[in-house]
Amino acid sequence: MSQYDSELDASGLNCPLPILKAKKALAALQSGQVLRVIATDPGSVKDFEAFAKQTGNELVEHQEEGGKFIFLIKKA
Amino acid sequence: MGDKKFAIIATKGTLDWAYPPFILGSTAAALGYEVSIFFTFYGLNLLKKKLDLKVTSLGNPAMPMPMPIPVMVQILPGMQAMMTSMMKAKMKAKGVASIEELRDLCVEAEVRMIACQMTVDLFEYSTSEFIDGIEYGGAATFLEFAGDADITMYM
Repeated sequence: MSQYDSELDASGLNCPLPILKAKKALAALQSGQVLRVIATDPGSVKDFEAFAKQTGNELVEHQEEGGKFIFLIKKA
Repeated sequence: MGDKKFAIIATKGTLDWAYPPFILGSTAAALGYEVSIFFTFYGLNLLKKKLDLKVTSLGNPAMPMPMPIPVMVQILPGMQAMMTSMMKAKMKAKGVASIEELRDLCVEAEVRMIACQMTVDLFEYSTSEFIDGIEYGGAATFLEFAGDADITMYM
């Protein structure tokens, strides 16, 4: 598992909360820092891909771990 | 602000219709869009400080219900309130954000929210009934933004 600077647990939250909370958490980071997001919403996989594409923040990696989705997003 | 613009007209004031403008608005803002929501007619309900949004299956045959309820029963006193609380309870159980929360996120994301001045006058609302930070305008105000928008939606 790669390094991360901040973690956001969005478990139990459904669209659009994981994205909205991630955006807020990313705003608090410096450029180049990585946010780790944990989500349980299956829709969040596509959402985070779209989010990365639209905002230019890199989706460094994403994986599924025991029913939870983990995303590592690097701030542009 | 973002590169792309998204204009929404919100014309409905029930709980089920409150979700689309706030979800689309907040998500688009998160994706870098510049968003403007024009609230008119019953959409003004969504801007009230104290939200009291209701939902009913009456006239809404598409609403999923735990068991079929004949229309003649749906009209009975208390049914609307019961259906509204059941819907809210279901949303909470499934981790769906409340309208208050989504609206706060929109405000935070600097989504521009415009109340239709004509409707305010028509229904004799007072500006103190609405949340802070909103603008008041007319159709021309909305069209000025919508004319440039990449996406415009009516809901």
